Amino acid sequence: MNRIRGFVEKAGWARIIIGMLLLSLFIAAPSVGVRVDQSITDVIARFGMNGIMVLGMIPMVQTGCGLNFGLPLGIIAGLLGATISIELGLTGIAGFAGAIGLAAPFALLFGWAYGKLLNRVKGGEMMIATYVGFSSVSFMCMMWMLLPYRSPKMIWAYGGSGLRTTVSLEGFWIHILDNFLAIRIGGNFLFPTGMILFFVFMAWIMWAFFHTKTGTAMTAVGSNPDYARAAGINIDKMRSISVIMSTVYGTLGILVYQQSFGFIQLYNAPFFMALPAVAAILIGGASVNKANIMNVVIGTILFQGLLTMTPSVINAAIHSDLSEVVRIIVSDGMIVYALTRVTRKSR
Amino acid sequence: MAQQQPLLHMQGITKEYFGNRVLTDVSLDLNRGEILGLVGENGAGKSTLMNILFGMSIITQTGGYVGKVYIDGKEVNFQNPYDALQAGIGMVHQEFSLIPGFTATENILLNGEILHDNIVTKIFGPRLKTLDLPEMRAIAEKSIELLGVEISPDTLVAEMPVGHKQFTELAREIHRPEMKVLVLDEPTAVLTESEAQVLLASLRRLATTGIAIIFITHRLREIFDICDRIVIMRDGQVVKEAPTSDTDIEQVAELMVGRNVSAKSTATSDYNENAETIISLDHLWVDMPGETVRDVTLEVHKGEIFGIGGLAGQGKLGIPNGIMGLYTAGGTVTLHGKPIHLNDPAAALAAGMAFVSEDRRGVGLLLEEPLDWNIAFTAMQAQNKFLRPLLGGLIQWRDDKAIQNVALEYIKALDIKCTGTDQPAQELSGGNQQKICLAKAFAVQPDVLFVSEPTRGIDVGAKVLVLQALRTYNRKNGTTIVMVSSELEELRSICDRIAIVDEGHIAGILPPSATPKEFGMLLVGKLEQEEIKVDSHE
Amino acid sequence: MTKKTGFKDTISQIFVGNTVPIMFIVLIIFAIPLSGFSSGYLIQEMVTRVGRDSFLVLSLLLPIMAGMGLNFGMVLGAMSGQIGIILVTNWGVTGVGGLFLTMALATPLAALLGWMAGIVLNRAKGREMVTSLMLGYFMNGVYQLVVLYFMGKIISIKNPVLVLSRGYGIRNAVDLKGIRQSLDKLLLLKIGDISVPLATFIFIALLCLFIWWFGRTKLGHDMRAVGQDMGVAEDAGIKVEHTRIIAVILSTILACYGQIIYLQNIGTLNTYNGADQTAVFAAAALLIGGASVVKASIPNVFIGVILFHMMFVVSPMAGKTLMGSAMIGEYFRVFISYGVIALALALYVWKHLKERERARRSLRGAQEP
Repeated sequence: MNRIRGFVEKAGWARIIIGMLLLSLFIAAPSVGVRVDQSITDVIARFGMNGIMVLGMIPMVQTGCGLNFGLPLGIIAGLLGATISIELGLTGIAGFAGAIGLAAPFALLFGWAYGKLLNRVKGGEMMIATYVGFSSVSFMCMMWMLLPYRSPKMIWAYGGSGLRTTVSLEGFWIHILDNFLAIRIGGNFLFPTGMILFFVFMAWIMWAFFHTKTGTAMTAVGSNPDYARAAGINIDKMRSISVIMSTVYGTLGILVYQQSFGFIQLYNAPFFMALPAVAAILIGGASVNKANIMNVVIGTILFQGLLTMTPSVINAAIHSDLSEVVRIIVSDGMIVYALTRVTRKSR
Repeated sequence: MAQQQPLLHMQGITKEYFGNRVLTDVSLDLNRGEILGLVGENGAGKSTLMNILFGMSIITQTGGYVGKVYIDGKEVNFQNPYDALQAGIGMVHQEFSLIPGFTATENILLNGEILHDNIVTKIFGPRLKTLDLPEMRAIAEKSIELLGVEISPDTLVAEMPVGHKQFTELAREIHRPEMKVLVLDEPTAVLTESEAQVLLASLRRLATTGIAIIFITHRLREIFDICDRIVIMRDGQVVKEAPTSDTDIEQVAELMVGRNVSAKSTATSDYNENAETIISLDHLWVDMPGETVRDVTLEVHKGEIFGIGGLAGQGKLGIPNGIMGLYTAGGTVTLHGKPIHLNDPAAALAAGMAFVSEDRRGVGLLLEEPLDWNIAFTAMQAQNKFLRPLLGGLIQWRDDKAIQNVALEYIKALDIKCTGTDQPAQELSGGNQQKICLAKAFAVQPDVLFVSEPTRGIDVGAKVLVLQALRTYNRKNGTTIVMVSSELEELRSICDRIAIVDEGHIAGILPPSATPKEFGMLLVGKLEQEEIKVDSHE
Repeated sequence: MTKKTGFKDTISQIFVGNTVPIMFIVLIIFAIPLSGFSSGYLIQEMVTRVGRDSFLVLSLLLPIMAGMGLNFGMVLGAMSGQIGIILVTNWGVTGVGGLFLTMALATPLAALLGWMAGIVLNRAKGREMVTSLMLGYFMNGVYQLVVLYFMGKIISIKNPVLVLSRGYGIRNAVDLKGIRQSLDKLLLLKIGDISVPLATFIFIALLCLFIWWFGRTKLGHDMRAVGQDMGVAEDAGIKVEHTRIIAVILSTILACYGQIIYLQNIGTLNTYNGADQTAVFAAAALLIGGASVVKASIPNVFIGVILFHMMFVVSPMAGKTLMGSAMIGEYFRVFISYGVIALALALYVWKHLKERERARRSLRGAQEP
């Protein structure tokens, strides 16, 4: 009895409830005509697609910069890299690598500027990050129309200038990671080995980083900034590094997402992309100033699992589309809950 | 003027905080129109006694108190400050309780505004009554006038100089017609000379209107200036109560500090007075809120245990905090003959100094992290210890095994009670947490170790161990230790020399064997030359 | 304390204290000729929009006074208003009577949601704005659940013009013929070519009067005290949590009425997306009018609404003239809305930190030997 209680305390009620919900949806699936193997494929795919962006939440949380509502900045860098890569006509692995390479300078630049901004607004990071994110997306909406892209694959068919809302990756690097060493069983099960390996690799880098001297210092900054300062650490520098890291992970994250999804989504798409990532890590048990890789894995599986299964099962059961509503209620509800549980004094 | 019964009568007050007794059978009388001075060292119990009088939640939340409080003969038991206010008790604290964007008038009448009914109040309740600003202004003006200062009632508090803020607070307490007892806690601390004089004059004037005043300060000169009676507290008890005309500053100073001197001092045996200076401070100033250092000049000798004492808020805590870069500081600090770059914690650590802060939980520990991290962290960051260089030094990899080992070492050396090296620091008791903080400083292997309030809030057994650890460390490694503490006894038990800080300056330096009276005189504030009849020991 | 009285100082103080509105005025001066709109058209648009949107922006004033920042939770009030409109349309009540019935019906719902929001915000002290933002998104989900699924199934909706073809759930766009322009047309004043909805303006003026009067009551005064320093207010015996909740409830109710006024002017209910941008545009307008996250007054509201909506109206055409595409103008105005909020937030935090530093340093002044 005590061991169960200990497990419950450690896991937290929110996670247990969501876990049970997910399990029951899986059990219910066959009875409404939803294939379990297809569902598992979908969940694994969505885990891989979103995982890296959720990983990117860790550095900023650890240094006390809060949840990265400014993820759109990293995403925009990724979009720039991807579109430029297509503009240059790069395909296959060269296209994907090219997208990464071209996005990198943008990611570093945006991350650096974003970090400088956040350092000057300590205490109001989350709110300002949200609106800086929104403003950037709106700004890029204008830019997507004005930047001198020429590739016929990307621009509007008539009129000739300005990018389309979505750009297909067919013929470029669609599924490039998914298909790498993929495991197929039957017609309905696909394990996207490449994408999962990439996630594991990025997670390993994060793990390794937090085992270095700098990474250790960063953890202290979020845990107790006064302690860190007394130990001679430059708080602003640590925060900047964490913001750059989060932004870069966001960039890589969107590129991995796109190759699996098959499309580059421009204009208003990045608007709300921070919220699923924030909700996922919170569901995984992270708090506003403490997060680890376990939180990421558990949270992403639970959250994306819920998002995948609820629509397919419930829609099949009651013949209507609840998916959007569920997504909003679960993700935003989780975030409100986390925001009301601040225990440390916020200056 | 003999009264039938005192306005305020506190009888047999005893208070314990979690088994720690801070007040023992304290009784106090206060008559109408009387100014009573309340003096005592840190921890004497003055604040606790006033908290009880004022119904502060810290008292009710920790088990209440034993004893009775009577106002005008009626027994009272306040559960919150508002009750006390209603009964006519007012308190002016050291930290201002003012709304910066409001005018003096609005602050003086905060939550006591003059209101008028209107049609809406009948339906929606009394909170919708309208404010009568002209009436409020008149009352504020009268209150300010009573104090004898010139402050326009329309000035915004945010734009006032510090002294005027103090007077506004005072005006707020006295504007209430039912005000009977006014308690002031170190009211002249932030005032200039002239402002202090004005304040004292105001208090005298207030007393003539029948208000009784309890005046808490360490500046004995002010006590003797305006108080009718004086109550001296020490270690939670009243040691003397007398009219001020029946005593003098020296006697009071001695009573504040004096205890039966036990032969506990072990320090001076092998202290060499002619040892070289290792660290010297020259006109050091530190901006630490509540512990401002104004101008400190002193020298510490190599290998000594140098104590810094003084009453709370006088600046002793500011000294190490300023040197180690935690608060803005200026002036010159020289270590091994080389000046230290101030406002730079990394530089202080690199130069070979370490600091155990008085704020154990706030600055000293990473509460959510394991204790081995806590011990090793500063040494790791400042001196690259416990790291393994990889890829030719490009990556500094954290050596968890080495961190665990050093933690085990100190757990053994300092007898730290824990479940393992990975136990989060917040789960340990106060005493063991303090040992972690010490271990953290020891791990840096400093040349000079600053320790602030090393035994605050820990049990007796742990206290002894901590002091012993410091002494051993000093003897074994020859580390110079600068120890800041509010407990004079503690300083006298292990220090070679003791400096007393008053109002941000060094009032004097004494050997541990000096008499209580000598220490007392240094603690009690600036005195005129004739008042000092002590031989200085330089 | 001597106050600077030089003319140059006054001018520079005006500039620094009001950077955002001034920048905006400059922007608009450029954009208006580019748009090609006639002044008559613009004036009419402004009159209409002031009547339509001021109420919503006014609802933001109280939470700012209470120190809770921009109340993005005002969408909860807007959603209450929309539910009220759906129900009233269902029952077929028309005209001004229908309008006031809507308000009466939606008030308890708005008060309930406001109370709930106040409790949540009290548990997130120091993060009120981001929490109210997320709370707004969350309630949007709940609203959609109610309107898309419960209505028609659990809550009976008889009027076929409201319900989707599948039998339950409200249509995306509902024509509000019944109450359209009911308040506006109640007292219509014509000055030359310009139609002025006098009744609506009177309604708004009443609200302004209420807000002004409220500021002089004990409750309003307490709210200001709480907004500046919760600790001091608490020590003085003011019920801090209670006061904050009242501020949120009032704001939510006002937002509810504001949304109803907005919808009666537009004439169509955009069921699912209508309330989304309400808070953002209202907040942006207020900030553009010179308010900050801690200080906002009635003039800020009207100046802000005029400037914001002027920009809103001229952007698409100005964008077409300048860049060849109206879309760019539309994206531009969205960018400005979000950008102005981001800027105001950053300025506020930055100034707040600087002031804290300055207050600490003033204590140091006493110590120079």
